[in-house]
Amino acid sequence: MKTLTAIFFLLHVALFASATVIHVGKDFPVQQIQAAIRQAKNGDTVMVHGGWYKEGNLLIDKPLVLLGINRPVLDGQKKFEVVSIKADRVVLDGFRIQGSGYATLEDPCAIKVYDSNEVTLSNNILDDNFFGIYIQYGKNCIVKNNQILAYGTEEQQIGNGIHCWKSDSLQIIGNTISGHRDGIYFEFVSNSVIWRNCAHHNIRYGLHFMFSNDDAYITNIFRHNGAGVAVMFSKNVKMFDNLFEENWGDAAYGLLLKEINDSYIFGNRFVSNTSGIFMDGTNRVKVEKNVFENNGWGMKIQASCNDNEVVANNFLGNTFDISTNGTLVLNTFNGNYWDKYEGYDLDKNNIGDVPFHPLSIFSVIVENNPPAMLLFRSFIVTLLDKSEKLIPTLTPDNFIDKTPLMRSLEL
Amino acid sequence: MNRIVKFVVLDILKNRIVLVYTFILAVLSWSVFSLEDSSTKGLLSLLNIILLIVPLVSIIFTTIYLYNSAEFIELLLSQPIQRKKIWLSLFMGMSVSMLLAFVIGAGIPLLVYEASSVGLMMLGTGCLVSVVFVAIAFLSAIITRDKAKGIGISIMLWLFFALLYDGLILFLMFQLSDYPIEKAMVGISALNPISLARILILLHLDVSAMMGYTGAIFKDFFGTTAGLFVSFFLLILWVIVPFYISLLKFKKKDL
Repeated sequence: MKTLTAIFFLLHVALFASATVIHVGKDFPVQQIQAAIRQAKNGDTVMVHGGWYKEGNLLIDKPLVLLGINRPVLDGQKKFEVVSIKADRVVLDGFRIQGSGYATLEDPCAIKVYDSNEVTLSNNILDDNFFGIYIQYGKNCIVKNNQILAYGTEEQQIGNGIHCWKSDSLQIIGNTISGHRDGIYFEFVSNSVIWRNCAHHNIRYGLHFMFSNDDAYITNIFRHNGAGVAVMFSKNVKMFDNLFEENWGDAAYGLLLKEINDSYIFGNRFVSNTSGIFMDGTNRVKVEKNVFENNGWGMKIQASCNDNEVVANNFLGNTFDISTNGTLVLNTFNGNYWDKYEGYDLDKNNIGDVPFHPLSIFSVIVENNPPAMLLFRSFIVTLLDKSEKLIPTLTPDNFIDKTPLMRSLEL
Repeated sequence: MNRIVKFVVLDILKNRIVLVYTFILAVLSWSVFSLEDSSTKGLLSLLNIILLIVPLVSIIFTTIYLYNSAEFIELLLSQPIQRKKIWLSLFMGMSVSMLLAFVIGAGIPLLVYEASSVGLMMLGTGCLVSVVFVAIAFLSAIITRDKAKGIGISIMLWLFFALLYDGLILFLMFQLSDYPIEKAMVGISALNPISLARILILLHLDVSAMMGYTGAIFKDFFGTTAGLFVSFFLLILWVIVPFYISLLKFKKKDL
């Protein structure tokens, strides 16, 4: 036993002894970060003190911990990719990284991770870069508490805030992203989680999923982006407790679902969007306990959607609760609260006794003939709506919620 | 001139119908706001009142009042007063009493429950719509000497502006849906004071939906400060033009 403890103790000493700390800064022998990296051995720590570092491209090719003290600035001078990480278990924390180059072929980034595992990027400020953080072929990487800003005006002129490609088991936590093309972009990324981020004022989407299966995004805020979140060609995506707010414009949706299967949308809030959720080619998705409030359209469900369930949601103060572009109804609505419901409840069980038609005829008219929006809320339209509600002719008569709630759910 | 205005206003007050109108507006407005659980629904009910009841009462009451005061007008004409002044004072008197009725009846609850941009827009457009339909009534009352015919014209005009016009536009829209008609539609809608008032309120009430594709076109026009000025200018034009034509007719009329 004693020998074992001794060995254990010695191992510890050896471990600590090997991990040296190299200081970089004006007042230290090493003035350049790249020199420090060259000098360092695997597992060493490089402490970078406050200052302005213009070293072109900074290559990290061995497992190191880089800590910024007093927020040192790494400046790409609008020419270089600022930090390239080509090793596992790298930690990059506390830097300010700005001015990456602009090139459409190479996509220079503030931080790019190449084929590496267990990289941690945390507490950095990324300012005015083409791409913010770019992870390709990464596994078990953590991107945490970074602030990513850019000032893009056109989609073609700016890259994504956090761009992940062909990766697995990533954790994107607590970042704030604005002014990029897409706030967070996932392509071929699986088993990953996006948690507590805020993406606002991005040009295209707050969060963009392509071909990314088995992911979850939870408790994020998507505000005032070109469109909130686009989830495309993916399956098994879980979307919980997010806030989609003020995504305004013609093609602007709080949440755009295209070719999505077997996913679960739970507990989100959609507030003041042109369209809360837009569904196209979506199958077996459950929409439960969400709040749709003050949207132009609560949900737009195209006729190409199949077997979706809309259950126990609150629809409050939307101009139109639901619209669709066809007469085929393959989705079910049950137990939602609709503030436009005018039925009664004789047995006082909080479930309305007459079914509710969430589809107003005018939303169908506007869908086929957008300029008709000009006539909204005129007497003739109100008249049309009322008579259609009584005797559905143009709208599908099985597009109903059979158990509408009398009081809103507390969500 | 001021004395004639004062006389007309007092005469209308004595008539009590305007008082009843004020009272009804007040009851309706207070009740829609206090009965509905959200103020948006109250606003929607009030929108219908502004778009239907306010124009109806303004146009019918003004027409009937003008016919009934034919003898009073003849009496005034025997005095050394310009015809223009008489007609203008009558118009001012009518407008002031209609405006007072609207502001007291609907304006106060509106400001109490919803003192937002929507509320203010409703108040502004409601006032303008009142005056517009007073002016239209002046025109229809001067066109013919026959009281039944004059009131008939007024009712027809109200029906046309409040109900038929939107139906016609809807029909046109379906017929011409293959063409890019959005901008033309903006122009055509602006030709109806009630539609114009409705759209102005809509842009504040359904702001999220109006940010959509065609909504954006309307918002580009009506939503900007310039568009707002143009819209209000058009509404004021709807006061000036009918009244001016009626004034020309009144000047030449053989009474």
